[in-house]
Amino acid sequence: MINIFKTSKSVAISIDEFFDKVDLGSLNFKKGVYNYIDGNSIEFAQNLNSITTLEQEADTIQRKIENDFYLHSLMPNYSSDILNLLETVDDIIDMSKEVLSQFDVETPNIPEAIKKDYSELVNASAKSVENVLPAARIFFTQPDNVKDSIQKVLFYHRETHNLSVNLKRKIFQEFDSLILSEKLHLRYFALHIEQVSDVAKNIAHQLSSLVIKIKM
Amino acid sequence: MFLIFLTSGLFLGWTLGANDASNVFGSAVGSKMIKFKQAAIIASIFVILGAVFQGAGGSHTLGKLGSVDALGGAFTVALAAGISVFWMTKLKLPVSTSQAVVGAIIGWNFFTHNPTDMNSLTKIVTTWISGPILGGIFAILLFLLLQFILKKSKIHLIKLDAYIKYALLIVGAFGSYSLGANNIANVVGVFIPSAPDITLDFGFFTMNGTQLLFLAGGISIAVGIMTYSKKVMMTVGNSLMKLNAETAIVVVLAHSLVLFVFSSQSLSNLFVSIGLPAIPMVPVSSSQAIVGAILGIGILKGGRNIQLKVIGKIAVGWVITPVIAGLISFFALFFMSNLFNLQVSQNPSRFVKGDVFIKKSENSDIDSKTIVIDQIGLEKEEPTIVELYKPAVIIVIIFLLAVLIYQFYIILKFKEKDKLGEQEDHIVKYNAQQVLLENELKITNSAKAELEKEIEFKEKEQKKIALSIIRKNEILSKLKVEIERIKSKPEKTLKFGDLNTLKVLILDNLNLEKERKSLDIYIKELNNSFFQNLERKYPGLTNNEKKLCSLLRLKLSSKEIASILNITPKSVEVNRYRLRKKMKIGKDEKLTKVIRKL
Repeated sequence: MINIFKTSKSVAISIDEFFDKVDLGSLNFKKGVYNYIDGNSIEFAQNLNSITTLEQEADTIQRKIENDFYLHSLMPNYSSDILNLLETVDDIIDMSKEVLSQFDVETPNIPEAIKKDYSELVNASAKSVENVLPAARIFFTQPDNVKDSIQKVLFYHRETHNLSVNLKRKIFQEFDSLILSEKLHLRYFALHIEQVSDVAKNIAHQLSSLVIKIKM
Repeated sequence: MFLIFLTSGLFLGWTLGANDASNVFGSAVGSKMIKFKQAAIIASIFVILGAVFQGAGGSHTLGKLGSVDALGGAFTVALAAGISVFWMTKLKLPVSTSQAVVGAIIGWNFFTHNPTDMNSLTKIVTTWISGPILGGIFAILLFLLLQFILKKSKIHLIKLDAYIKYALLIVGAFGSYSLGANNIANVVGVFIPSAPDITLDFGFFTMNGTQLLFLAGGISIAVGIMTYSKKVMMTVGNSLMKLNAETAIVVVLAHSLVLFVFSSQSLSNLFVSIGLPAIPMVPVSSSQAIVGAILGIGILKGGRNIQLKVIGKIAVGWVITPVIAGLISFFALFFMSNLFNLQVSQNPSRFVKGDVFIKKSENSDIDSKTIVIDQIGLEKEEPTIVELYKPAVIIVIIFLLAVLIYQFYIILKFKEKDKLGEQEDHIVKYNAQQVLLENELKITNSAKAELEKEIEFKEKEQKKIALSIIRKNEILSKLKVEIERIKSKPEKTLKFGDLNTLKVLILDNLNLEKERKSLDIYIKELNNSFFQNLERKYPGLTNNEKKLCSLLRLKLSSKEIASILNITPKSVEVNRYRLRKKMKIGKDEKLTKVIRKL
């Protein structure tokens, strides 16, 4: 029973570390896409390496947290919700790494005219992540303040969606020089970048319901 | 004889322990924050401590209400209260042991023509109302205080969980102490006038008859907690207080404070010393205090969740309980005295003046040295003092020796158990790992399902492109036929050269090299792993055969493939036949099936 203080302290630290990894992963994702668009292949490779390492570290920490939750019966009423939340947060870094890896493997040919649109799309998607992570952090200390950040997440998610739709429309309607497979290829990249912000939105919804559950 | 009659009181104690422990530890055990074993041990210890150290206050007021002076009467009154509680619980009506006991005593008063002390009755009834109200006020104040502290301290939720676990234990211990202190009067209060007149001297402290009675009552409550409260905690206790952990602490603490306030003589004395009215020492219902505390929280949260129907039912229960207990007591006393010739009261003429018949112990505390019996018309009698110092020392030495032997035995036994414990730990860890792996498997499966969906979607896209080529080819073929027809008309009406150019152009388009090329790239890109598998398994295939394989994988018919590759369906059939031979596929096997398996 006395160990519970020690365990809870170590789990709290682990959760913070986990968020740090995901936060850094998100920054690397944004930077990586920028570097790819700008043609900085060396920097892009560095970003990809960093995000791969961060993703592995985040997975290890997440597993440790899960283990502690099960072994020490931490927060028995909310453990499944909290572990689901962490799982979804982990999806951010997983998906970000996957997108960068796809850029690396498939090397899509992005026309000069839409490079700016891709940058804006990545920026909006990363913003939604940048806002949801503080919300997830603050949930553990001040659940009442979660809603402040959630509004921003939802705003950036909508913004990402709009940018993605516009970009896809542009690709299919304005670029006759591109063959269909190229158009489809570019479309998938827009979609994958948009999906990162979808995960952020899911986390925001999970947080909202968790706050209600905890305050009940 | 006394012990036989006391059984009804001990039964009442057992039901109280079984039911009311859930008010203290119900939410903590129900939500698995605390193990039942821990809760039961703490509750049992503190209930006994509360009963012995602070149980006298409430008993005085009950004694004033009606001093049941004969053992038979006390037995019947306790039994009547027990039956009322049992019966009303069966009818699923909210019931309080305190009210049942008060009702049963009044029933005894009626039966023995003993006057009921209206002053005490008013005091008791007032606390039935003020108890829940006070519980509500305490809950509101504590809830606000806790909210303020939590807001200011910004404690991490996981750390807060650990603090809450400890707080629930501490508050539960205090709640159990207060429950023992306040409700012991319900259990053995009616037996006090008939308690054996002895004092046990342990050298450093003495225990008088009343305190021994309280100890027996406390033990009976503890037995109730140990044996039956788990079931109640897991069902009734949990449904009564479906609150979050923080609110549960507040509710239990408010309830404990109410019970403590109405049983602490020292607090009452403190009130008097600063010029405030004394607090009445009355046994209040634990359930009522809890309901009051929950209502307080409900009101604070806007009152939306308060169910008026439930409150109405509880209020009716509070009114009905003493009436039913009184009636049962009256009739039970009638049967006991007339059928079994049981003496349910001393000579009633002694109580004509309505005087009090109660044993008092100095300050009602553990350090009481003597018992004085106040009886009007009777002489004061000195209690029998039993010297227990020497036998107590011998008993303590024997006990210590027994403990030492037992400990030695336990150490030997636990060595073996430790090994088993380690194995159990391994099993627990293994199970946790298994749960983790299962979760991981689930995630992988869902990822696999998503990938399969994506593949399906991409296959559809491929088919779309292929079909668009087919359609285009069909149109162009029709055009070709039409031109052939025009061409067959007389030369005068048509310009032959123009038509011929048109035909060439259409034929050029019919090739659709560009689109086919894009399809080729797309198919190659998407079927990358498929081509790798194909090459690995069938290394001798030509590019055209590989292409045919990829189109067969899309479940396209020979006609459709012919249209895409701009060859006749018959050529496709021939190519399929050659492919089968090259891939060495048996007659009973389907080519498409083999390809799709790759």
